Amino acid sequence: MYRYDEFDDTLVRERAKQFRGQVARRLAGELKEEHFKPLRLQNGVYLQLHAYMLRIAIPYGQLSPVKLRKLAMIAERYDKNYGHFTTRQNIQFNWIKLADVPEVLEHLADVEMHAIQTSGNCIRNVTSDHLAGANADEIEDPRPWCEIIRQWSTFHPEFAFLPRKFKIAVTAAGADRAAVRVHDIGLHMKRNAAGETGFEVLVGGGLGRTPYLGVTIRDWVSRQDLLSYLEANMRVYNRHGRRDNKYKARIKILVNELGPDEYRRQVDEEFANQNAWEKVVLPQEEVDRITAYFAPPLFEALPGRSEDFEKAKRLDHGLARWARNNLRAHKIAGYTSVHISLKPQGVPPGDCSADQMRAVADIAERYGLDDVRVAHEQDLVLAHVKLDDVPTVYAALKAAGLASSNAGLGSDLIACPGLDYCNLANARSISVANEIQAIFADPGYEDEVGTLHVNISGCINACGHHHVGHIGVLGVDKKGEEFYQILLGGRADEKAAIGDIQGPGLRHEEVAPAIRRMIERYMSLRASKSEKFIDALARLGQAPFKEALYAAA
Amino acid sequence: MPLLKNGKPVDDVWAFVEDGNELSPGGCFTVSLSRFLSEHDMLLGRNEAVGVRLEPADDPALLAEHLDRLHLIEVAFPKYTDGRGYSIANLLRRRLGYAGELRAVGQVLRDQLNFMVRTGFDAVVLNGDDAEEAYRDATAYFSEVYQASADERETVFQKRHKKKTSQKVA
Repeated sequence: MYRYDEFDDTLVRERAKQFRGQVARRLAGELKEEHFKPLRLQNGVYLQLHAYMLRIAIPYGQLSPVKLRKLAMIAERYDKNYGHFTTRQNIQFNWIKLADVPEVLEHLADVEMHAIQTSGNCIRNVTSDHLAGANADEIEDPRPWCEIIRQWSTFHPEFAFLPRKFKIAVTAAGADRAAVRVHDIGLHMKRNAAGETGFEVLVGGGLGRTPYLGVTIRDWVSRQDLLSYLEANMRVYNRHGRRDNKYKARIKILVNELGPDEYRRQVDEEFANQNAWEKVVLPQEEVDRITAYFAPPLFEALPGRSEDFEKAKRLDHGLARWARNNLRAHKIAGYTSVHISLKPQGVPPGDCSADQMRAVADIAERYGLDDVRVAHEQDLVLAHVKLDDVPTVYAALKAAGLASSNAGLGSDLIACPGLDYCNLANARSISVANEIQAIFADPGYEDEVGTLHVNISGCINACGHHHVGHIGVLGVDKKGEEFYQILLGGRADEKAAIGDIQGPGLRHEEVAPAIRRMIERYMSLRASKSEKFIDALARLGQAPFKEALYAAA
Repeated sequence: MPLLKNGKPVDDVWAFVEDGNELSPGGCFTVSLSRFLSEHDMLLGRNEAVGVRLEPADDPALLAEHLDRLHLIEVAFPKYTDGRGYSIANLLRRRLGYAGELRAVGQVLRDQLNFMVRTGFDAVVLNGDDAEEAYRDATAYFSEVYQASADERETVFQKRHKKKTSQKVA
């Protein structure tokens, strides 16, 4: 894991000090809200329905026991004993007092964390694969490049007032767990014929009002050229992205209005015009220095099969089910990655209490090589756990209320905070999410249904990624009443697709029964138990599902 | 509204002349890019200094061949949220090699100053009685930078590399 040196440390501390001054000017009335707004946003401070909300960056989802314990302390001392993990590997505190934020930023600096650029029209927290460095499917660990991008983008003087927010995600695996195709820039690491690794650059993905999948603008950018090429993209966007309408200001609109070929031409021209001194090339020693922090931990030589674990599964069906659903293959024999679901029945998806954060910290320290990740599904992951330790880890998670056996299944849904917290929302998300979760209250039924991604947003801004759920739910306001549109066929992985809106919106209480009918239809139509919902949908088309959706008695 | 040059208050001898208005015989004037491009022979032939005011959508590359004869380029920030001026500044300084005065005008807030100085502005028109002090504070918040920019500060990436070398020597 990357560790700050004195330079990184100085910058996060100076940032906290700067914001302390800005908050003091605001509280003294010297700074108008209008002029304070972009400053607080670039420090992750939103004004929500009931209070200020603080969004803290967890770059590429990387946490540690020390960081988690600090977040737990912040939850207890400054909030209401919990935090909310987001789809972009951030954590949000919903009840923070503005006057406390500078102190919170200082606490964060103590554990090498910050809230820099977690909001505002700037380059946001860089995100990545939550199984980076652990899965067998990647060509190399993408996290060093995420950290390089984090540093390059931090306080970038030219790109602090972009037309709109800008999100970058990086993956190096065949299976895309970072949703790179729905980011402003998605970087997909690949290997060329000469055996070197470099980047496929996808530009213009994004959800919101007008969802688009990113298009490949360059099939190959070398490591040496990466930051210079990113600068060329950023400059073309900063100069030519629309600023007349905030809903048309994301880079996806620029790419689509110009067309990918013209966009590519402009970026290539800008890139070609860079003088030697404008190139952003890190010294190789610097790349090596950052990469060294991500060297694999010391894994023990273990057999691929753990007899203790196998025996424990035979004795405990709960463990067996949890292991079947929540463990992910690891690249090292005898190890696994553990998916900790933050989606128990009836809780706001992604919420985690201070006690739970401490429990995960303890488990990671004892059994997880100090490595904890945030997944974009709003769950946590222990990247490296010995199979031998899985029964103990399961017991500890269970004691903390964190052993929901639903990773990747119907009740492991993504939802934004919705109208319960957010002043943009048109409709509640959490209550709909909980009613949909209840469909899967019977574990046998949930397993029988299998892989299913349900994504819920409380408004068109799409923080709950409704466009890329196998089933998407979008809350809308119709004459003061909440209605929910249903989308089908979206996915955020390497086969990314935008779901289609099916028809008229449903009332709040109609949503879960309608989804249940679609699931029943799927069960009756699937070719076999191994045909997933999304695959059956692709084979059969949406018509039979739509018919079930609106087939209320 | 004091004009600060490199952080120090100076008298402003310049005036912007709207398109269509006559330039009076004496004095230093800035004009719009389009006016400059159509009248540059006449403008550069005057005995007085001439400058150009760029709006956010203007392309600074159009000034390339005239840059060594311009004494001032103003970059307009009609709204502080419009960040195109930072790209214009970096292009003028780093791409096109402009060395004259580069002045931010319009909605200039003290919290933008760090970014402005970093992208090569050496002059700003800043509100407030405490403008000089505000400028000093705002440009001193961060003692380290990750990016090379028009201000030519040494980056963290370079310092780390240098530090390692010097440690080896020691």
